[in-house]
Amino acid sequence: MLKLEKRPSPSVFWSRATPVLAVALTMVAGSAMFALLGKNPVEAIRTIFWDPLFGEFAWYLRGQLLVKAGPLILIAVGLSLGFRAGIWNIGAEGQYIMGAIIGAAVGLAVFPTENRLIFPLMVVAGAFGGWAWAMIPALLKTRFNTNEILVSLMLVYVAQTILAMASTGFLRNPEGAGFPGSRNFSSYPAAANPELIAGSGLHWGGVAALATVVAAYVLLQRHLFGFQVKLSGQAPRAARFAGVKPERLVLACMGIAGALAGVAGLFEVTGPAGQISIDFNVGYGFTAIIVAFLGRLNPVGILFAGLLMALTYIGGEMASTNLGLPSAAIQAFQGMLLFFLLACDILTNYRIVPAAKEAR
Amino acid sequence: MKRRHLLATAALGLSLAFGGAALAQDKTKACFVYVGPIGDLGWSYQHHQGALAVQKEYGDKVEVTWQESVPEGADAERVLTQMALGGCDIIFTTSFGYMDATNAVAKKFPNVKFEHATGFKRESPNVATYNARFYEGRAVQGTIAGLMTKSNKIGYIGSFPIPEVIMGINSYYLHAKKVNPNVELSVVWAMTWFDPAKEADAAKAMIEQGVDVIASHTDSTAPLAEAEKSGGKVIGFGQASDMAEYKPSPRVTSIIDNWAPYYVKRVGQVLDGTWDQTDTWAGIKEGEVEIGEITDAVPAEVKAAAEKVRDDIAAGTYHPFTGPINKQDGSPWLAEGQTAPDGDLLGMNFYVEGIKGDIPK
Repeated sequence: MLKLEKRPSPSVFWSRATPVLAVALTMVAGSAMFALLGKNPVEAIRTIFWDPLFGEFAWYLRGQLLVKAGPLILIAVGLSLGFRAGIWNIGAEGQYIMGAIIGAAVGLAVFPTENRLIFPLMVVAGAFGGWAWAMIPALLKTRFNTNEILVSLMLVYVAQTILAMASTGFLRNPEGAGFPGSRNFSSYPAAANPELIAGSGLHWGGVAALATVVAAYVLLQRHLFGFQVKLSGQAPRAARFAGVKPERLVLACMGIAGALAGVAGLFEVTGPAGQISIDFNVGYGFTAIIVAFLGRLNPVGILFAGLLMALTYIGGEMASTNLGLPSAAIQAFQGMLLFFLLACDILTNYRIVPAAKEAR
Repeated sequence: MKRRHLLATAALGLSLAFGGAALAQDKTKACFVYVGPIGDLGWSYQHHQGALAVQKEYGDKVEVTWQESVPEGADAERVLTQMALGGCDIIFTTSFGYMDATNAVAKKFPNVKFEHATGFKRESPNVATYNARFYEGRAVQGTIAGLMTKSNKIGYIGSFPIPEVIMGINSYYLHAKKVNPNVELSVVWAMTWFDPAKEADAAKAMIEQGVDVIASHTDSTAPLAEAEKSGGKVIGFGQASDMAEYKPSPRVTSIIDNWAPYYVKRVGQVLDGTWDQTDTWAGIKEGEVEIGEITDAVPAEVKAAAEKVRDDIAAGTYHPFTGPINKQDGSPWLAEGQTAPDGDLLGMNFYVEGIKGDIPK
């Protein structure tokens, strides 16, 4: 028999290797599931992981990877700061929605004025919307010691209700014949977020995501704030002795995560989504939690994790149409990825030793 | 980088020039996009039944593929592009929210036919729209609701406040009121097409308020499951599909969306090259809206009244919106004997007189 033995310190090797191992195990278990569904597992795995990158339509799908990964990376980098410090913001989806609403509202308020400053202003408003929404759980935590997990999660549902109000009411397209949904930003150039290079899929959201990865990396490696974040997560008592103010840290981490989620929402609503609509949000805020952990809460890791997650979405869609896999099977496949990642995590902190060595 | 970009542009250009045909196989490919899972036993399920009918009708000549649970928004545009690139000759987008995505992708693939359900935008000649006159079925349900309610409180679970849904509510209410002047309608907006938990909550809330007949415009069987718990006191209707497993009560009848004839016809037109842009709005008469079996849980005279409404609509002698009808604010909409023009129905954004509450704004 085997037993687990705690490592004196977390293994650096396994902390790098577990994501790779988790992906490999997901492929194996996923293949088994696809085989049980009566599909060719090799073909299914190839369709999910290979075809979007190197297949017949890769020239289109590679760009779509960026479209899908951009908001995931933006949100996940923000979340990772808090997660490192033990601050659990689960409500990025709500902050994403509020950023989109506030940002879009600013643009729509000045419609149809054409001015170069409109879009940057909308980005700022989007960041503000997400930040303000994240401040609610943050202030409640620092003032009344409420649980930020519950409050931030519940606020997602509030944000969804406000989104429904916006798309059927105060942001509704006055020329939309009574149908819900705002004006489409694709027909309002000053406020639109189009592809920067046609066919590349890259819009300002993708640029912002890359910039955020670099900024977060520098912040964590070179800046006092990054040090405080890391220290608070690893040794809260030591952090207090080192002069970290927990309240300030909560406000900063929640605020950064909220602002990033907010701009992600703004880039999405002005770009790929095009308009505020009742079902504008498709779960980026929740998926980003998986991405943050898949990327080991490390900005560079998150960059790759975001791209990988986008790959499973886009490849999954292809598998679903081309091979007739049910969409639930694709979701189960993505779930496996998180499950194996968390399961493999144990190797970082524990080692497997034969139980025979143990004295009885 | 530049070179690769050029290549990509060239490839895009090629595919634009030839549309789906550049990649075409011998078979004609018919593709379907569903907003929910095909196992929802409601809206998406019925569309899928239509897709299967296409396969059955044309056998080897047609390849049918589909994708379920596609969110309405940026994802829809990508899925449609993938389908068009993948050689689909005709693509059915089966939910209102795909409207902008359908039109955007259709512009890029002029040789692929697009069919958008329940929408009104046909921005390029390769986009057709189709819908069913569900409000005709609501007239039958309203008649049953008005006659069956004991508390005089009837309910309606709305999905989204779009004309399609509002005209269903109005038709349901008008026909309940016609047979029972004391009837009161409560509407709950679920703001979703498919969310069994939310739909169940809405049904539960209405039952607690004393509502004993519930109609729903959402896609799951959850409201019927809630009604079943009342032990026969609360009845409801199958929505989109027959939902026969809840027979004879709480499901006393149903509106069945029968898309098969339309899908078979349109794919046939692609096969023989006669497809053109149309806007189809068929109802009970054409068989696109079917009234499911009215069970013995309703008395014979109620059944007879409901069947009369159904048969009169089918015969074309009765229009569910026949004046005099006033709007909620009391202002006149239809004069005595006047029937509603389609344009009014398709843009309907008001309740008729007597319904309490507001449409979410």
